[in-house]
Amino acid sequence: MGGTPDLKIILEFSAGAELLFGNIKKRELSLDGTQKWTIANLLKWMHANILTERPELFIQGDTVRPGILVLINDTDWELLGELEYELQPNDNVLFISTLHGG
Amino acid sequence: MIDDEAVNNAKERLRQEIGDLTAQLNAKKQRLRDLEATTTDVDDDSNAVSPKQNQRALTNDDIARYSRQLILPGFGVAGQLKLKTSSVLIVGAGGLGCPAAQYLAGAGCGHVGLVDYDRVDKSNLHRQTLHTITRIGMDKTESAKIALEELNPHCRISCHTRLLSRFTAMHIIRDYDVVLDCSDNVATRYLLNDACVMLRKPLVSGSALKLDGQLTVYNFGVTGPCYRCIYPVPPPPEAVTNCGDGGVLGAVTGTIGSLQALEAIKIIVGLGDVLAGRLLIFDGSTLQFRNIRIRSKRENCHICSPQPLITELIDYEQFCGMHATDKDNPLQLLEPEQRIDAMDYKALQQQQPAHLLIDVRQPAEFEICQLPSAVNVPLAQILDDSYLKQLGSQLDSKELPIVVLCRRGNDSQIAVQHMRNRFPDHSIRDLEGGLHAWSSQVDPSFPTY
Repeated sequence: MGGTPDLKIILEFSAGAELLFGNIKKRELSLDGTQKWTIANLLKWMHANILTERPELFIQGDTVRPGILVLINDTDWELLGELEYELQPNDNVLFISTLHGG
Repeated sequence: MIDDEAVNNAKERLRQEIGDLTAQLNAKKQRLRDLEATTTDVDDDSNAVSPKQNQRALTNDDIARYSRQLILPGFGVAGQLKLKTSSVLIVGAGGLGCPAAQYLAGAGCGHVGLVDYDRVDKSNLHRQTLHTITRIGMDKTESAKIALEELNPHCRISCHTRLLSRFTAMHIIRDYDVVLDCSDNVATRYLLNDACVMLRKPLVSGSALKLDGQLTVYNFGVTGPCYRCIYPVPPPPEAVTNCGDGGVLGAVTGTIGSLQALEAIKIIVGLGDVLAGRLLIFDGSTLQFRNIRIRSKRENCHICSPQPLITELIDYEQFCGMHATDKDNPLQLLEPEQRIDAMDYKALQQQQPAHLLIDVRQPAEFEICQLPSAVNVPLAQILDDSYLKQLGSQLDSKELPIVVLCRRGNDSQIAVQHMRNRFPDHSIRDLEGGLHAWSSQVDPSFPTY
């Protein structure tokens, strides 16, 4: 609908997390700006819309699986309220799989 | 073909002999260096001070050797002396540990300890820069020691040739100032973290896979988190990929390993801002370094909080549900009659040439080597059922036997299990042990990787 404000954010994936999302490392999203978007909502949206491979390697329960770090504007989401964090315009959300090889 | 075999045997014998001779030569060189070093000490100081006291001053040789770093502001003689009396433990003498050890020994770290249970394999050489073709089969710790002593005879190298376990970790780590996690598995990472927290040692943690690398320093400073603060729960085993399965580029492990040496030197010398409470993410494909802020200590951390729940080392393989090595963990998903061994498959090829052979490896792996009649359908396309379209009518007849294979016989089992659900009446089996078994049991000329 014309006039509905979009919430534009950037999603990024690193260190293999992109393999679960069609191997795309960076996406620009326009979310429906009339509703409030928390990370919890965003995860549900991602699950329903862009998660292409084995969901259990990304989501466990209503949060990300152990071993995936979530960064909002290059800061650990644990410092920002985790699932409750409310997305702001132009936020950058980065999902990183932890590496263990050497 | 007899001639080829004879030539190959002769080559193998020569390699072996050259390896032995090189080891002897290195030992003699080392003895000579030891003797020379003793003479120099006496010349430097006629009062013949004990070696320990002597470490408090720089020798002429030190000044010549370390001149380029000695003139750095903030480093200087004081920094060099700190390095000279420091000790660093490197856990894993592989893709990260080799470059890290190289730069630490080169910089004049007084004592480097190496922990590794493994031996040098040809597939290590592209990234594990201290090992050589003549030292294949040698303990990695001993091989690295030879290379490091050649680089800097003043650096003492200790070899701990064993798998780090909860029974040995405290004893080994206790003697060192800084620990480098250059390991390749989750269980060892938790073990090292817990031991370092208990012994109050900074832990410089690096990891790499494919074209990606990560680096941070745990357990450093008042607020610096430990591994468990960031990762209280281990990842599910199926989400963990090792370098043997996922691949890795040597220049990537080299980048991260070198940075681990840098952070260790900064900690020892007291230089700059140490990477604690931050995580460096390296993406080699876009050549981007990102430095992100991670959380500080977790108030209720099970190991590093004031009231820890873990007060002695635990069984980390059990805690993680994974082995403390990156070696194969063979899956057992299928019943014996759902599998075919390599010899029987060879017989099947002759008796029943009409069959469908599906290779479920990645295309990049399929390109390396493949059996002549194999069709490449990567596992992901089996699991998302797009193989149905690709193979089409070949799947119509129950009479056409299907054999599924991969590199080592793990993914092929997953594929067979998935396909059998859709085609319960077809004959679908996996090649037990995969191409590795084919190479070892049927065709030794078939390459392994």
